[in-house]
Amino acid sequence: MSSRPDRALDCDKVLLVQAEFDGELDAAQAAALAAHRSDCPVCQAALRELAQARELIREAPYERLSDEARRRLLDRLPAAARPAAPPVRQPLAWRRWFDWRAGGFGFGLGAACAAALAFLLLTPAAETLTQQVVAEHIRALQPGHLEDVVSTDQHTVKPWFDGRLDFAPPVKNLASAGFPLKGGRLDYIDDRPVAALVYQRDKHIIDLFVWPQPGDAGIESTVRQGYNVVHWTRGGMTFWAVSDVELAQLRDFAEVFEQTR
Amino acid sequence: MRVEEPSLSPDEGFAAIVLPHLDAAHNLARWLMHDAAAAEDVLQEALLRALTYFSSFRGGNARAWLLQIVRNTAYGAIATERARPLVPIAADEEEAGAVAELRATGDDPETSLIRSREQGGVRALIAALPFELREVMVLRELEELSYKDIAEVTRTPIGTVMSRLWRARRSLVEAAAKQGLTP
Repeated sequence: MSSRPDRALDCDKVLLVQAEFDGELDAAQAAALAAHRSDCPVCQAALRELAQARELIREAPYERLSDEARRRLLDRLPAAARPAAPPVRQPLAWRRWFDWRAGGFGFGLGAACAAALAFLLLTPAAETLTQQVVAEHIRALQPGHLEDVVSTDQHTVKPWFDGRLDFAPPVKNLASAGFPLKGGRLDYIDDRPVAALVYQRDKHIIDLFVWPQPGDAGIESTVRQGYNVVHWTRGGMTFWAVSDVELAQLRDFAEVFEQTR
Repeated sequence: MRVEEPSLSPDEGFAAIVLPHLDAAHNLARWLMHDAAAAEDVLQEALLRALTYFSSFRGGNARAWLLQIVRNTAYGAIATERARPLVPIAADEEEAGAVAELRATGDDPETSLIRSREQGGVRALIAALPFELREVMVLRELEELSYKDIAEVTRTPIGTVMSRLWRARRSLVEAAAKQGLTP
């Protein structure tokens, strides 16, 4: 966008004209606006532009999914979750995958990701969050998914989140304690965007998911599908660390994170 | 954490609630990403996420729910593209170049051909809009979502949705006028 001032906003009713154009006003609001518009050249011009824009965009195609792409997508979706198995190329693959899942893992495949997804679908809602952070961690370990911003410098990682999140996650480099920062990415947990900070311990990756939550809760740990999960809430943020490092080390990580300013 | 889950079993639920909106999901992905392959990748990843988060879907507008996931996936994919300096995005610039030669004409035997070329023209103009303007435009004009749903999909206040929509439409009209494209 240019920095050109928006001269058509010379009238503060222009966005209301647009709202009426989009069918967002009730009858009373629309009537009040019509009275104003009959005297306002700016709003009249705005209405003409809105109509022009709509005619233009009506020329733009609605991008339907082709049958071929649809089939490919549905076939590949479960295959992507279990890269070891060959893709099944037939229209009912989607349904078959569910049958396979319901049938008790009859395929005998070992991909952790497939297990994570199936697990998510099979277990009750109470532990959704733990499952989600573990599933995100597993998903992130697939090639190319680990970090969106790659930096060992918290002063690079922290600003990267500005504008991408409606909160500022605390980003700390814990290299001196043996947990160097590798980068960060955006993730999506419990229906909201969250910060995922990526740390390393020797060869192991630690994902730290952060989002705002009121309250205060000490460090708690659980194990899910072989991954250790450590969780705490402090200073208006909730933290979920997931990794395959030993539980004691992951708790160390949490404590170091909390003590580092 | 969560209250109660939908009473459908997960497979019935996902197939019945999410899969009917694949066209809408693809439409959004295709308009947000700069090529068809990237859009398909985004759609695939979004479906995987939708499957993962399906247990947290609390009913309501399933299309908006899926579009929100598609939008976030596309946003992440673009952020990743930007983080890697060597991703070439050239196809749309070529298209935009071709558009400059276009002149709208009246009805004649070639109308349909020109129409199809104009589609390319409008497409290029929309593709040239910044992400945050393009998404509100597509959600409003092609998906015909309400302001409230657009606000939800884009996680933006309604006031911002309204001003972005206005900027998007003005930019489109101005760019079309510059290119001699008339509706």
